[in-house]
Amino acid sequence: MTTNLRIAFLPLTDVAVLAVAQERGFAEEEGLSLDLVRTTSWATLRDRLVYGQVQAAHMLAPLAVAVTLGLSQQPAALAAPYKLNVNGNMLVMAKDFAAALDPDLAGRLADPLGTAHDFAAAIGLWRRKPVIGVVHRFSSHALMLRYWLASAGVDPDRDVVLRVLPPSLTVEALHAGEIDGFIAGEPWGSAAVEAGLAETVAVGERIWRRGVEKVLAFRQNWMEENPETVDRLLRALVRAAAWCDEPDNHSALADLLAAPRYVDQPADLIRRALAGEMVNRAGEPAIPNPDFMLFSREATPFPWRSQALWIYSQLVRWGMVEHSADSAARAGAVFRPDVFRRALAGSDVPMPGASMKLEGAVHSPLAVGSRKGDLTLGPDRFFDGRVFDPERIDDYLAGFVQLR
Amino acid sequence: MEFGHSMRIVIIDDSGLRATVLEEGLREAGYDDIHIVPPRGAFVARLERMAPDVVLMDLGSPSRDTLEEMLSVSRALARPIAMFVDQSDEAMIGAAIDAGVSAYVVDGLRKERVKPVLELAVRRFNAFARIQAELDEARNALSDRKVIDRAKSILMAQRNLSEQDAYTLLRSSAMNQGKKIVDVAQALITASDLLGGGL
Repeated sequence: MTTNLRIAFLPLTDVAVLAVAQERGFAEEEGLSLDLVRTTSWATLRDRLVYGQVQAAHMLAPLAVAVTLGLSQQPAALAAPYKLNVNGNMLVMAKDFAAALDPDLAGRLADPLGTAHDFAAAIGLWRRKPVIGVVHRFSSHALMLRYWLASAGVDPDRDVVLRVLPPSLTVEALHAGEIDGFIAGEPWGSAAVEAGLAETVAVGERIWRRGVEKVLAFRQNWMEENPETVDRLLRALVRAAAWCDEPDNHSALADLLAAPRYVDQPADLIRRALAGEMVNRAGEPAIPNPDFMLFSREATPFPWRSQALWIYSQLVRWGMVEHSADSAARAGAVFRPDVFRRALAGSDVPMPGASMKLEGAVHSPLAVGSRKGDLTLGPDRFFDGRVFDPERIDDYLAGFVQLR
Repeated sequence: MEFGHSMRIVIIDDSGLRATVLEEGLREAGYDDIHIVPPRGAFVARLERMAPDVVLMDLGSPSRDTLEEMLSVSRALARPIAMFVDQSDEAMIGAAIDAGVSAYVVDGLRKERVKPVLELAVRRFNAFARIQAELDEARNALSDRKVIDRAKSILMAQRNLSEQDAYTLLRSSAMNQGKKIVDVAQALITASDLLGGGL
């Protein structure tokens, strides 16, 4: 008998694994049928999950932490046993603004620290305080943008205006001059570049080389009460993710996601992020970035607790939550490596032996201890070289220069 | 409804018709301090000046994130919270979400005062959805007729048929192929365009 699951998502390229699980038969092999519910705002996606209108959601990882900590409307304990992707964001700015930065795009993107300083200088030359669109206060994009700006002494709450708007409205708002740039998941940055409105200023993957992005989030209660269904879903997703990472499948995947029921944008724009061939200024050749968006390799789906805690550290840093041992514990517990391990115990998926790691310590691909198979972790550096030790959050936070 | 009059309700909606349907319902129920704000441009600043007690918004509006952000940082407003009235009333929450209504209510406003507003909003949003569906149906019927008319004129011109015979031919082809007349008509038009029949 087939079990039907309702899963809410936003039209973004990184819904790929869920779409493929349903459309290419991976869910069916596990006796599941996924009813993917297209949603236009993170608030509505959150409400559908929290109030039980869907069983799971394609959710911004920081939003899952924030809902659990009671920072985003109705508090609810959420659980994320699976990461849908890492990376996949870009910061694009209006062409006039970007004119103050290094005109050589390859150089600009390869040196996020230098570009952050150029950006800081450009703020004073701009006709107003730059207005930068972010998709949500509790998005990985907003946290990475804040981290990046602050590295050059820019206070994101004082020196720029961060305006929240959903990904699907970013290009229109840029066109209307309501914002001067935005950071969002693909394909929206590419859409703005393609329209000749903006160029790429920073790539998420260059800010944090393996940045947490979307997770599969459940209500914790529901997840605990339905272990068998959860396990089946995770097994289907792991196989779908491997399919998504396979270069030979990128064109078919782009065509699938281009459909109106998913992203509803041109397949060519979507394919760029999948293949890691980003066009950063209209009409120019793509600059290859094979790690632009990852679904499967390097145990991408594994929900490292240390990553939930990094998110928590940033919420503390920006004054969004008061630091306490209890809050830290609740935030860390949102990521559920134990459930991931249980679900995939019988599979050939390489399984990390630990549940936490130093974040930002891997400089080049590194073979690590794994319960089975070979596991190589990709480089996960932050561009400023800082290392996050999840056991020492206070020291980590004390290491940042106070901006005010 | 003696306490209805002091409650300021703002409806954020870019579908003029739905907002009107909702506003009428609220006025009939005795609420008279109602404002409609489309979620465009500087709508957030307008909303702050209005200082509403209740904000109603389409759950499907992409601007919900923008609104919530503003509500969470605004110093001018008394922290309205997202609400489906009684958080323990699952049927009510389900009805509101199904109807596509979200409400933000100033913290501290009594539940009993807000509940009728939200119930009314749910009913009106549902009514609107029905009207919308009927309109779409009517529009489709109209465009179907245009397609069939065009196919008829192609047949009349190219095969020297009367209008009635052209229609009969379309209908019998549709029946033979197990298709709708409009689909057969559309195929005929496409073929005629491709072959340069030009009509």
